[in-house]
Amino acid sequence: MSAPAVAGHVLMILGGMILFTSGLGVLRMPDVWNRLHAGTKATTLGSMLFLAGAGCLRPGWIPKLLLIIFFILLTNPVSGHALARAVHILREERPDNLLRDDLENRNEEDEGGGK
Amino acid sequence: MNNTLAFVSVGLMAGGIFLAFLRLLVGKTGPDRAVALDTITLISTNLLVFIALFEERSMLMDVAIVYSVLSFLGVLALARYLDGGLR
Repeated sequence: MSAPAVAGHVLMILGGMILFTSGLGVLRMPDVWNRLHAGTKATTLGSMLFLAGAGCLRPGWIPKLLLIIFFILLTNPVSGHALARAVHILREERPDNLLRDDLENRNEEDEGGGK
Repeated sequence: MNNTLAFVSVGLMAGGIFLAFLRLLVGKTGPDRAVALDTITLISTNLLVFIALFEERSMLMDVAIVYSVLSFLGVLALARYLDGGLR
């Protein structure tokens, strides 16, 4: 195999391993906040590695792959933030060792300012 | 592309989808299931790119782009529903 093919396969297997790790973290982590870490950040890194490997294997498709990478990099933190905010507003479970909660204070200030 | 090495990565991604799907079935609260659904759709986007590589069809790349857009909008709508709608 040539050098780009070797790099492409290595990147694809690395991305597959990180995506498997994110699925494992979503199943095994103890509460919603830890699952959000596993489900958002690990999938971003794994997708970027896998799509970069696909670009090494097929150089003609690099523009579309870059479009997908750019879009995932742009939207995945936004969806993770929206989910975390929804969990925080639902107040279903809080970690015991939470030192300070900035979003809590901001919500109270917003409610006080509105009325 | 080397079939054996490529199928190793696809097997890992399928295992990740399986584990996240178990969380989607088991998950006690709604946000658990939303996180699992987010993970599943993102891994499926990568699987679509792999199918495009394997079958040598560049049309499936467009399908992957549209799928990532729609999954993002779906997760945003789901988060809006979970925290009680627009306020």
